[in-house]
Amino acid sequence: MLIHNADRRMQIYGALLLLPAAVLLGTFAYLPTVSTLVNSLFLPGFRGSPPEFVGLENYALLIEDRTFWRVARNNLIYALGTIPTSIALALGMALFVNARLPGRGFVRMAYFTPTILPMIAAANIWMFFYAPQIGLFNKILGALGLSGVNWLGDPSVALGSVIVMTIWKEAGFFMIFYLAALQSIPPELKEASDLEGTDRWSFFWRVTFPLLMPTTLFVLINALINAVRVVDHLFILTKGGPNNATNLLLYYVYENAFSFFDRTYAATITVVILLVLAVVATVKFTILDRRTHYQ
Amino acid sequence: MNNDNKRIRLEDVSKTWGGQAAVDRISFDVAPGEFVILLGPSGCGKSTTLRMIAGLEQASDGRIRIGERDVTHLPPGDRGLSMVFQSYALFPHLSVADNIVFGLRSRKVPKSERKERLARVANLVDLTAYLDRKPAQLSGGQRQRVALARSIISEHPICLMDEPLSNLDARLRGEMRREIKALQQRLGMTVIYVTHDQVEAMSMGDRVILMEAGRIVQDATPDELYNRPATAFAASFIGSPAMNLVTLAAAADGAVIEGEPRCSVASHDAKGHLLGVRPEDIVVLPADASGVPAEVVDAEYLGADSIVRLKVGRQELRARLDGVPGVARGAACRLQWAPWATHFFDSGDGQRLALQGYDLSAAPGRLRQTQAAQRSGVQTPRGSSGKYSPGVNP
Repeated sequence: MLIHNADRRMQIYGALLLLPAAVLLGTFAYLPTVSTLVNSLFLPGFRGSPPEFVGLENYALLIEDRTFWRVARNNLIYALGTIPTSIALALGMALFVNARLPGRGFVRMAYFTPTILPMIAAANIWMFFYAPQIGLFNKILGALGLSGVNWLGDPSVALGSVIVMTIWKEAGFFMIFYLAALQSIPPELKEASDLEGTDRWSFFWRVTFPLLMPTTLFVLINALINAVRVVDHLFILTKGGPNNATNLLLYYVYENAFSFFDRTYAATITVVILLVLAVVATVKFTILDRRTHYQ
Repeated sequence: MNNDNKRIRLEDVSKTWGGQAAVDRISFDVAPGEFVILLGPSGCGKSTTLRMIAGLEQASDGRIRIGERDVTHLPPGDRGLSMVFQSYALFPHLSVADNIVFGLRSRKVPKSERKERLARVANLVDLTAYLDRKPAQLSGGQRQRVALARSIISEHPICLMDEPLSNLDARLRGEMRREIKALQQRLGMTVIYVTHDQVEAMSMGDRVILMEAGRIVQDATPDELYNRPATAFAASFIGSPAMNLVTLAAAADGAVIEGEPRCSVASHDAKGHLLGVRPEDIVVLPADASGVPAEVVDAEYLGADSIVRLKVGRQELRARLDGVPGVARGAACRLQWAPWATHFFDSGDGQRLALQGYDLSAAPGRLRQTQAAQRSGVQTPRGSSGKYSPGVNP
């Protein structure tokens, strides 16, 4: 009996320790998720009438919505365009600044600078690069005798321009993780492989890259989340235009909720995004984790 | 295999870091199949020397030859040697088997041959049952074996070892010492082995190179290093407890231990210099015997023997006696040692001096001296044997 009581007290004690985190998560993550899910099953009420329960009608509408598919396709291209390139660039920069080179601290700082800038500020800087008449890129092209490009106004180029800016912004951030991981690899490993006459390329693929796998996995998940989550630059650069050419999922959610005042449709898109992200993250962790070496 | 590529020669090799010499013009030869120890306290340049031979550090000056080749500027992979690191440097994400054949894959050895060599080497170091494990799943001794296997499988004639046993516990260390030595003899490898542990140096080395502050102090066999230390540093570095070193002062009939003018221990030439006597060469006798007067400070019983601290004048000596110490704290006694057991070192540069001490003993000492002389006739031509049982205790 006494033992039973002590056991129960330990459980209560543990539950109390978990409570603050549970309350925060519940209030700001799970409750909104559930209410979003519920909202997605209703149609908004007009002129004070209560919202009307419509079941899966919003989802049926979504499947018919050509703009949604356009935006989803944009987001896929955006993810495919930014994630591999920024990760590869981050790894390359980390390898470069991890080596002995003069002014290493300065180069590291320079690579990291885009990360410290707020997205809005970064987007404003790139506005000047991309501006049709006075922009840096078109000035350079002009000096070379080439005609300028309407970087943000041409539907076939605009998404590419947004992708380039995102890579510039993210690569430095991911570099920091790679740099930390590289510095935790003992230098003797390189020496041991040098003694065996292993060339640099082969050492990278057989030792460095596998040892960086946990970092790559972490960065990959983060990059994916960012690809859906970060839309600040769209407000400055394109506002999703021209003709939805640069519209991304979260920006489309924003438009629906706050420009078209269709809250329940926005909730529907959000639920779909959540589902897709959850599936992708699960697949990544189960497949890649098995092949990843954690120290 | 041609023996020539097993020979290593260093000629005036130096390494300077920003004007500071870590290794200062050292030269030595390592013969094929020899097990050479680089011994010294931390910071003496022994590891730097090894890393220069391996090619992991560039020599600032001098030449390094392996066989007929000048390898001073060759990259590590082209020198035809393997190395065992203190941290083992195993690849944590690879299995034991992949760790061992890592170098063979770099050198593009065909798969069938890799497999065959792996099986042979794994058997040699007793790792066959662990080939699928990751290094993290192995004990310290097993990791050490993987590192050894990796260097053996390359079949390079030369193996460099950088304090390979310092991460193991004392018992395992003794075991691995014997294993490494046996392996070296079986495979006929040339080994250069860096350590700060005198036990490893004495027990494994065919030759010991003792270093201090980037220079070679003595390059000799373990026997010679122990029985004829070239400097006071060498004398104090080898032996546990180390050799007693006391300053000598002048007296009427010769040099005496400073603060104890009653008994002279050497001729006038020795005054002002250092006298060295190994703890096991000191015989502790009752106060009415002849010899150097001393007082027992304390005694430490170690099982097979005891270490007795003795006060002579203002100086302290340690004696190693068999079994339980038969002396009381504070008791007066006399100390004796044979003339061949004395070593003299210059008080300035610490170099060994060609002097011999007086015979302090009456009958018992002379008896032991003749015994020792007889034994040394068989053992070593230098007339000294390191260990013998100390005399009778009161």
